[in-house]
Order: sequence, then structure tokens, then C-alpha cells
Amino acid sequence: MSDDLQARLDELAPLLVAGSPHAVDLGFTLEAIRPGEAVMRAAYREDLVGDPETGVMHGGVVTALLDHASGTAAFAGLGGDKATATLDLRLDYMRPATPGLDVIAEAHTVKVSGLIAFVSAVAHNGDINDPIATAHAAFMVTRVSQDAADRARSEMEGGLTPISKVEKKGGQA
Amino acid sequence: MSERLSPLLSSPYVKRLGVVFDEHGDELTGILPYAEALVGNPLIPALHGGAIGAFMEITASAGLLAASDLSALPKPIDVAVDYLRPGRPSDVYARAAITRQGSRVANVRVEAWQERRSAPIATLHGHFLIKPAG
Repeated sequence: MSDDLQARLDELAPLLVAGSPHAVDLGFTLEAIRPGEAVMRAAYREDLVGDPETGVMHGGVVTALLDHASGTAAFAGLGGDKATATLDLRLDYMRPATPGLDVIAEAHTVKVSGLIAFVSAVAHNGDINDPIATAHAAFMVTRVSQDAADRARSEMEGGLTPISKVEKKGGQA
Repeated sequence: MSERLSPLLSSPYVKRLGVVFDEHGDELTGILPYAEALVGNPLIPALHGGAIGAFMEITASAGLLAASDLSALPKPIDVAVDYLRPGRPSDVYARAAITRQGSRVANVRVEAWQERRSAPIATLHGHFLIKPAG
């Protein structure tokens, strides 16, 4: 069962960044995905700097990275077949990101309760014990988000995409 | 445009997002012009929550910079964002209100909207570290 979920997540992995123009624009890459967990990286880039005097990446990039990693973990925590909307995102900024280094966000689903996933995430420069920021977020499968996922599924029928392959193979949504 | 906002507007990331400000007296409105690169989920389609959150953080900084002479950009300590409606593929507006400003820390609230100000798409509240000039 959990092997099935891992197989489904592995198949969908390429879409979890590529399917989101903003995540692509910021250069995010998915490092790992497991049931309930996701690791996402933002490469250091000069055009993402907040304060040119210090060269520190803008807090907004860390915000977007933690949001995207947390949403991906929620997706992986809800069985990999339901789309969610973010209800809220709470962030603590503990130190500036180190100039020149990538930022890595590790997110894990603390608990799934019905249609809601509670997720916790940490952003760091390579050492999780020296966090840049932490996040707590709640995601929910809403009618709007689920309609969009269903539309995607029906549009992609025809065996050309990972989503439809998973649907045909899996059969237990 | 107030000179006080120039350190914020010269930030590469702020420029890249395309955020601009509309200033009338002491009323400051942040504008996030719609761009395809801001979309988080093209299937809904909805703007990325991270982009909306970042835009509201920038608007909070701008509100603090406009309200007093600061010698550095405000730094967020903690923020909480509530997402109330999906962000549609169109411009987003936001206004900041300073709830309390001390000598080192300010508490700020931000509301973001699209078609109607009375129908906000997201709100933010948070603490920012500030360095008053002089």
C-alpha cells in the first residue's frame, strides 16, 4: 500500500515543480518525495536577492519555497491524488539565508485529519540544525482545488502523462 | 514616489516580482501586476501562495519605510498569512496598517485584494525588526 503510494509519488514527482510556473520561475527543484514528506531546493541566484548590500536572498523566496515544499508534503500526505488549497502559513525567520548558498526546505505532514493536512517545515542552508526559517501550514482539499485536479485528470486521459498512467494502473483513488 | 521606498524598490527580487507602489498622501497601495510567472496552479488557475505572501511582506516593509525614517530595510521576525480566496490571474493590491511601532519592533497587518477591497484574497500579520535612523 505504501509502496504503491511511493510509486505514484515517484511518477508524479516531475510534475510537482514543472506544473507550477512560479516554482519554475524561482528555480525550485524537488530533491525528495516520500509519503507525507517533501524536500525542495532553491538555488542561490543574484536576481532573488532582497538587499543588494548584503547579498542575502529575499525572505519572499524563502516564503515561497516553504509554501511550495509544504504543499507538496501535504499532497504526498493526502495520498498523492488530491489537490489542496493553502489555508494558512505561519513563518518564523530565525536568521538571514547565507549569501551564495542554496536554500533547502524540508517539509513533513504532522497529521492528516479528514480533508485537512497539517504540515511543518524547516528551511536551511545544508544543516537542518541551523534553520533559516520554520513554517507551520494547514492545507485543505477544497471544491475548487479538487475540481481543478479532476479536470486535469480528464484532460490528460490518453496515456501520455504520468497522472493518467497512475490512474489507470492504480484504480484505487 | 517617496524616496524612503527606494532601498526596497532597488531590491533585485522586488524588481523581479514587478511590485510597484501607488502613493497618495499617507495612503500607500502596493500593486503586484499579473504575470504568468506568478501562477502557482495553472489548472485552477490560481496565483502562487508564496508570491502573494511575499508581496504582502514587501507591502508591510513599504508601509514601515513610508511611515518613518529607517536606516535599514525592515526584517521580518515572524509572519502569519491567511489565504481567504484563490488569487485569480489578475493584478493584486495590498495595503499595510501599522498596529504598533516600538523603537525596535513593529507589528503590521496587511490585506490583499483583487476585484473588490471588501473581498480580500489574503491577510498577513507579523512582527518586523526595524532600525530607526539617528
